[in-house]
Amino acid sequence: MTIVVTMKTQHPETPATLEARRASRSTEGRLIGGVAAGLSAHLSVDVMYVRGAFVLASVFGGFGVALYAGLWMILPSDARFAQGAPGLDAASRQGKRPGRPSKLEDLGPLVALGAVALGVVALLQSLGGGFVAFWPVVLGTVGLAVLWSQADEAQRERWTDSTGRIDLVRAVVGRGGVASYARLAAGVGLLISALALFALQPGQAGVSRDVLVAAALGVAGLALTVGPWLFRLAGDLSEERAERVRSQERADVAAHLHDSVLQTLALIQKHAEDGWAVARLARAQERDLRSWLYAEESGPKTSVAGALRAVAAEVEDSHGTPIEVVTVGDLPSSERSQPLLLAAREAMVNAAKHSGADRIDVYAEMGAELTELFVRDRGRGFDPTQVPSDRLGVRASIIDRMRRHGGVAEIKSAQGQGAEVRLSLERNGEGT
Amino acid sequence: MGVPVSVVIVDDHAMFRSGVRAEIADRVSVLGEAADVDSAVKAVVDLRPDVVLLDVHLPGGGGVEVMRRLGTRAPETRFLALSVSDAAEDVIGTIRGGARGYVTKSITGTELVAAIGRVSEGDAVFSPRLAGFVLDAFAGSIEVAQVDQDLDRLTEREREVMRLIARGYAYKEVASELFISVKTVETHVSSVLRKLQLSSRHQLTRWAADRRLL
Repeated sequence: MTIVVTMKTQHPETPATLEARRASRSTEGRLIGGVAAGLSAHLSVDVMYVRGAFVLASVFGGFGVALYAGLWMILPSDARFAQGAPGLDAASRQGKRPGRPSKLEDLGPLVALGAVALGVVALLQSLGGGFVAFWPVVLGTVGLAVLWSQADEAQRERWTDSTGRIDLVRAVVGRGGVASYARLAAGVGLLISALALFALQPGQAGVSRDVLVAAALGVAGLALTVGPWLFRLAGDLSEERAERVRSQERADVAAHLHDSVLQTLALIQKHAEDGWAVARLARAQERDLRSWLYAEESGPKTSVAGALRAVAAEVEDSHGTPIEVVTVGDLPSSERSQPLLLAAREAMVNAAKHSGADRIDVYAEMGAELTELFVRDRGRGFDPTQVPSDRLGVRASIIDRMRRHGGVAEIKSAQGQGAEVRLSLERNGEGT
Repeated sequence: MGVPVSVVIVDDHAMFRSGVRAEIADRVSVLGEAADVDSAVKAVVDLRPDVVLLDVHLPGGGGVEVMRRLGTRAPETRFLALSVSDAAEDVIGTIRGGARGYVTKSITGTELVAAIGRVSEGDAVFSPRLAGFVLDAFAGSIEVAQVDQDLDRLTEREREVMRLIARGYAYKEVASELFISVKTVETHVSSVLRKLQLSSRHQLTRWAADRRLL
């Protein structure tokens, strides 16, 4: 009897639409907020130059600090939608994995606001001279701060909203009711009083200039307060859409997967007395689930390691011998790796069919120059010099094939000592 | 064999715990079980087992957290990581947290008992998969002459041993392949373990996330 079980997993892939390249804060290479690292990746400039530019701009007038803080607020973090394998994500959510230690970024908004304040004060001092503008600016900054933290909280609230609809009023004031409105009012009030203070500054020769500066500040404050929010909103919207598509795909895959597990369980019950079939089914299902839940590995189409795993899985399914695949390094799949995979497949089939071993180990090491692949079993072994005629595969499919494509195949075996096939292929002459 | 090795099983799946217990109970002495970080810490402090079978993913912060919280409170207890997850960063993280070996849950009872015995004697247990992870993490090698204190790289010999283990060789087979004694193989493996735990190679725990194509 033949049992046909299809247990292919559709790995969710990001939709292949063309998207504009957007800058983001880097969570990987950051020193403070990841702004410089993110910018350097976006602009393809060495991060040292970006950092240097920021430092320079900070030393001269504090503009760098303000710019950095502003970018920190505006740029979305690249980790916001980072998704891992579902099993790992779930384990993280349930606290089964060690969490990342909390870092400076938790203080992010606070630090950013402080930096904005400092930057603005420094800027004004260098413009107006003396402490004339100090208190109004501090007041104004506090106002901005309140507005800002408010906007940020509203953002978060919106993110937790399950309906996914966007309400403008709620987006600004959040769900907080009176407190939110009060804070909003306080923020605006402080901003206005700062402007007023500016306008009423006594004993100034250029009152008109002050008013002008105050007005400009007010506009800048508004832009600072609302601008980033609008900017981020636009970003969030498209992200959200992509996210929804992704989660739907994920749900489909989960449904498919549960289905396949149910199928397997049903089949196992049917074959309860056939130990071999049960083991084979369980093994295939385990591999399927494992690769879906935990592997973040590249698929069979794109990489040699992925293709090797797919080949091993196929041999394992058709012959029932578990195959352990370990790979080190990886290569993009190409024509050149094809003979290697076919030869490896033949070696695995041979081991599964003839050796009688209960496990086959496959190890592949892919380097820049050389790819080596070992297929090993602890079965009954054979004398490689006297390969019986029914094992023509060894000569034609392994040794000759490798030689034709400029590679080497060696077979090490002796009666009763298992067998190991070593395939190696140099990478030169490849067009990639 | 004299006194059987004492073991505590830490895993959040009750079914798995009882399965493992049934498989190894006649060859080692299972002192107790625990299902999360808190109870595991308590069990280890109270029961003082020789070996803890430690799940990598565990409610309360993972297996690493158990070892971190115990600190020096159970110096004679050794940890063997047991996992169904193949996420390299978690496996390496657990080893760096202090585990002396890593095996997957599909391991047979006999192999598991052997691994427990090895760990209880202070040796390291490397499965082919862990050896592969290690080779990936420590890409590149150095001349034997300048080994001494370089924790960031493997010696040529250590690499050879790791490669053979990744190819599915048992320690004994590695020894005869390289014409060295099993003891020497164990020494090499322990030294790799030490490097893995002490190396400050800064991408080590994270390299897995972006193993990229050459």
